[in-house]
This record gives sequence, structure tokens and C-alpha cells, in this order.
Amino acid sequence: MIRLTRRYPFSAAHVLARPDWSEARNRDVYGKCANPSGHGHNYVLEVTVRGALDPESGRLVPIERMDALVQRRVIEPLDHRFLNRDVPEFKSEVPTAENIARYAWRALKGELAPAVLDRVRLVETANNSVEYSEEGERS
Amino acid sequence: MLLTRRMEFSSSHRLWRGEWDDARNHAVFGRHAGPVSHGHNYELEVTVDGSVDGETGMVIDLKRLKDVMDAEIGERFDHRDLNDDTGLFERQQPTAEVFAGVIFGLLDRALPDGMLSYVTLRPTPDYEVEARR
Repeated sequence: MIRLTRRYPFSAAHVLARPDWSEARNRDVYGKCANPSGHGHNYVLEVTVRGALDPESGRLVPIERMDALVQRRVIEPLDHRFLNRDVPEFKSEVPTAENIARYAWRALKGELAPAVLDRVRLVETANNSVEYSEEGERS
Repeated sequence: MLLTRRMEFSSSHRLWRGEWDDARNHAVFGRHAGPVSHGHNYELEVTVDGSVDGETGMVIDLKRLKDVMDAEIGERFDHRDLNDDTGLFERQQPTAEVFAGVIFGLLDRALPDGMLSYVTLRPTPDYEVEARR
């Protein structure tokens, strides 16, 4: 088995706040991230696939196809958007790094055959990142 | 879901076993050998494992994780000498390997039960060690 990881940068704005909570509660739970006007990050999404090498091509998955899929399913819907306003999923779900990672996982899972989606890692700032995989899906 | 937070701190240390002679200390510890300390800008990554809270969308409050890291690691080690100032390395050498294990233990005690997954400690950008349960 071999694993392959590609990095996909994108930039987006978000607010961490639940519409059904008071401003004070949102501020208490999410701190600075609850500022109603929003703020942005340069995110990096790392997508890792695993599987067997194709003996003829020597590749795990055609990279161009993987790139096109990630672009279409994840990067285009999120890049240079205000996540809470522009992405239907984040009207009901707070766009934390955790939830954005799950969004990417759901969008890509099962789509990269013959390779299998191994994990997605979302880097939100130089200081924090989250990682989601099948184990996370089960918990 | 794994969540990782990174921090930096600067500490000095020396590697030296009192019961060994100078030649053996220098042979084993090389440039890290005492008796005089030297310093590193350490980089630490702390990874916790948990499920995403249905209401908040968070594994852990990042601010809370930062506060624990600042209190347990920053305040204890930043701009300190590991050998002289911490009381943790009187009977063990502050190698990256031992230090990472000490850091794991301190954070494991301070975080919710079983949440800490692993810590990665980088004394310089060129090498790292990882400590887990």
C-alpha cells in the first residue's frame, strides 16, 4: 500500500457563531472568532489517498483527475467565499475547522477510485489544524 | 477527529551524566554535552483526539487548549534552563526523547481524560520526536 498527499490552498471568510445562541454565549464559546462581521483564513486542505499502484502507469490515482475532483467538489465551493452565507451546509453547521474537514471528507469519500480516501487534513493557521479519517467517522 | 495546535518556546539544556567521565560524556552526547548549557527554539505540536461536539462543531475549545499549553509548557519551560530551573531533569537527561515524554505526561494530566493523542517536539527544524501513550 502506498499513500499520496496533495495540498490545495484556498481562502475563505467565516464567523463562528450559532444563530440560535445569544451574542454573549457565542462570544463565550468561540471568542474572537464570533465577531459578527467575519474574518478570514488562508486554509490549506491536504488530501491523502491510499491504495495499490497501477502496474502499468506506476501511479496510485491519476493526479489530474484527483485535482479536478478536489477543485470541483471542495475548493470551488469554498474559495473566496463567506462560508456561513455562501455555502448551504454552513447555514446550519458552524464552519469550524472540524466541520470544514468533515465537509471535505464527505465530498471526496468514494470518489477517488481505484484509490481510497485515507484522510483529509485542514490547516487553518500555522498554529492549528485538524485531521479526519474513517476512524473519525466512526466516533 | 484529530486536532493539532502548535507553539514555540525557547529553553536551554545540557546533557551530562555526573557519574561518567568527561570523555564518555563527550563521546555519547557530542555537542550537547555540558557542563555549559546551550539553547534551542523548540517547536511543539500537540494533537488531541475527540468527537466533534454537535452544537459547537468543535473537538476542544482552541483557547482552552492554548491556555493549557501556555500554563503547562510555556510558563514552565520558556526562557528557562531545563536542567536548572524545572526540577524535572535531576535524574534523567533532557534529550528530545525524554523531554517529549515529560511534555506528554504534563499535558495528559491537564487535559480531559484520554484526550491527548500525541505530541511532536522539534528542537530544531531538522529533527523531531513523537511521544504517545
